[in-house]
Amino acid sequence: MVETTHLVSTEVLRWLPFFPLLGSVINLFFGRALGKRTAGILASAAVGASFGLAFYLFWQLPASGIFRDLVYTWIRSGSFQVNISFQVDALTAVMLLVVTGIGFLIHLYSLGYMAHDDDMVRFFIYLNLFIFFMLLLVMGDNLLLLFVGWEGVGLCSYLLIGFWYRDHNNTIAGNKAFIVNRIGDLGFIIGLFVLVTELGRQGVWTLDFIELHKHVQMLQPGTVTLITFLLFIGATGKSAQIPLFVWLPDAMAGPTPVSALIHAATMVTAGVYMTARLHFLFVMAPATLALIAVVGAATAFFAATIALTQNDIKKVLAYSTVSQLGYMFLAVGMGAFSSAIFHVFTHAFFKACLFLGSGSVIHALGGEQDMRKMGGLKAHMPITYWTYVVATLAIAGVPFTAGFFSKDLILWQTFSHGATLLWAVGLVTAGLTAFYMFRQLFMVFHGECRADAHAKAHLHESPAIMTWPLVILAIGSIFTGWLGAPEYLWGSRWDHWLEPIFGTQASHGALSTELVVTFITLAVVAVGIYLAYNTYGRSTAQVGQKRGGLLYDLSFNKYYIDEVYDFLFVRPFTAMAQFFASIVDPWVIDGAVNGVAATARGFSTIWRGLQSGNVQHYAAMFLLGALALLAYYLGQSL
Amino acid sequence: MIALQHYLILSAVVFSIGVIGVLIRRNLIVILMSIELMLNAVNLTFIAFSRYLGSADGQVVVFFVMAVAAAEAVIGLAIIISVYRHRQSLDPQEMQLLKW
Repeated sequence: MVETTHLVSTEVLRWLPFFPLLGSVINLFFGRALGKRTAGILASAAVGASFGLAFYLFWQLPASGIFRDLVYTWIRSGSFQVNISFQVDALTAVMLLVVTGIGFLIHLYSLGYMAHDDDMVRFFIYLNLFIFFMLLLVMGDNLLLLFVGWEGVGLCSYLLIGFWYRDHNNTIAGNKAFIVNRIGDLGFIIGLFVLVTELGRQGVWTLDFIELHKHVQMLQPGTVTLITFLLFIGATGKSAQIPLFVWLPDAMAGPTPVSALIHAATMVTAGVYMTARLHFLFVMAPATLALIAVVGAATAFFAATIALTQNDIKKVLAYSTVSQLGYMFLAVGMGAFSSAIFHVFTHAFFKACLFLGSGSVIHALGGEQDMRKMGGLKAHMPITYWTYVVATLAIAGVPFTAGFFSKDLILWQTFSHGATLLWAVGLVTAGLTAFYMFRQLFMVFHGECRADAHAKAHLHESPAIMTWPLVILAIGSIFTGWLGAPEYLWGSRWDHWLEPIFGTQASHGALSTELVVTFITLAVVAVGIYLAYNTYGRSTAQVGQKRGGLLYDLSFNKYYIDEVYDFLFVRPFTAMAQFFASIVDPWVIDGAVNGVAATARGFSTIWRGLQSGNVQHYAAMFLLGALALLAYYLGQSL
Repeated sequence: MIALQHYLILSAVVFSIGVIGVLIRRNLIVILMSIELMLNAVNLTFIAFSRYLGSADGQVVVFFVMAVAAAEAVIGLAIIISVYRHRQSLDPQEMQLLKW
């Protein structure tokens, strides 16, 4: 635990976020001159360098050790001090590998994907900037630096969702993401304030993680519950949980590599990372943990049911991301932080693979995203197809893929904690996941091709720069899971690696129970796959068929959540804005300002008569003044 | 016998004439001349006190004033000429641009 860790100071850490920042700045000023291809390679190289460094650090990191790099003191006020300071421990090292590793692959992929885009330079500027902020988020050794990264990735997300800003809908989607995140961030920052002032009242002014960990026992349980609740609101915004998940599906308006990097693999996991980083706070608040578990399970189920009926290839993946994030929070709620981070890790691989695969499909079809107009692509794009199959198997949780290990672990943790209802929800969700992913697989790659003639003629496998990342991610989609195998196989290296941070995660159940639970999960998954095959795999007749039924309509229309929010929040808000714009602003605000001006002018009409512009009048004033002074002094001397 | 107060009274009268000239005349040249009147009235006072007190200080100041007055006359006349060329008028009432 904290007492046994040893700090190692090293100045290497600062270079890790510095490389992408440098790449971003260089491209900002010289990108146009360099040409888009060079700019893209430069950006990729910057992230590649960070990845190399991250890997080196991961290798060098001693067990239960922490690398630290104090760059400078940012704020000093009394005994309160905030440093620009980075730290890498086992948890951060894992996140670093995910962010830079997957980020690097996606940069490479973007070189191919964005090659025909005129704004490629701008794209890479944003992408590098995003990596920079994400590294700040995971490497900051205090909550304020984490918050800077937190806001920074939100900004980059906004910029990239609205990347193709000429389409008004994309801009609106960007705004939506930004505003919804803002709501969560408000909770987050209030949580920070409460934390700082409450600890400060006990005489400890700090935001530093290690210091917080030491002193957190001073807080009242009620206060901790409040703080963790507020922080969790922030997490629901960033990690797209109920009720703030609505922005993530719309975020698919951005270029597909962005969806893969930001809205699947890295940024949306920031909420999970934050709760894991502050696990010592969260474990003190059982009420919040229970809430997190319920919200997570509900989100997982809810999003999965929406994904069942969507026809947009990226929307399905978006809702599946929301659903998988729900699993992660379910694990957090169970106090199984290690399992949550494990799912973050494996999910990053297979979801990035799925998104990049869908990007490859969209690229091949010239921008088509509607799965009803796909089908039979298997023959045309073998590499994309096979990597997609692997990632689909992984997310569905087929044995010996990454998703199997991580998802099963979460379900087992839930079950062994005695949360049977939540476990049942998670179990059903696993079946739903298998169904909608295989539905997608069949709709896109099997059957006959339903694309129009123009798109058909254009069909091609993507270039090597795009397929190689897919292959690497597909390999990762299988083998990353093997790090966290359950005890009845070869045991988990993962939990051992994260043990210095989260402590030992004791398993509560008997081995036989665990096996039974696993087989139940597998059975449900198999049913999901079979149903998908039965409905969409055998023939494509069902594709695009609208079923009747209330449930189908509800799912297809996303439970009308957007409409409900529109009615409850957006409309009253715009009505209020309208009121302020048409009444308060012109009459009250402008009235006050103009009133002051008018009063001043009124008085000035009296006095400005004195200033006639006639020099002789001024001279007469002189004289009067001189005479007055004279009279005064004479009067005094008399 | 002409005593000190006679000089002072004369000086005050000349000064007042100068002031009134500056304030009411409508010709810049006359105004300039009125200023000369005021300066010379002051000079007269200096000289009178210099004689009365038996000190040369006042006379020295008078020389300074005369030098300044000469310079002032030169510059003033130059300004007046250029104003006249510009506006074909020397009436200060017509020069009221320096107001709001």
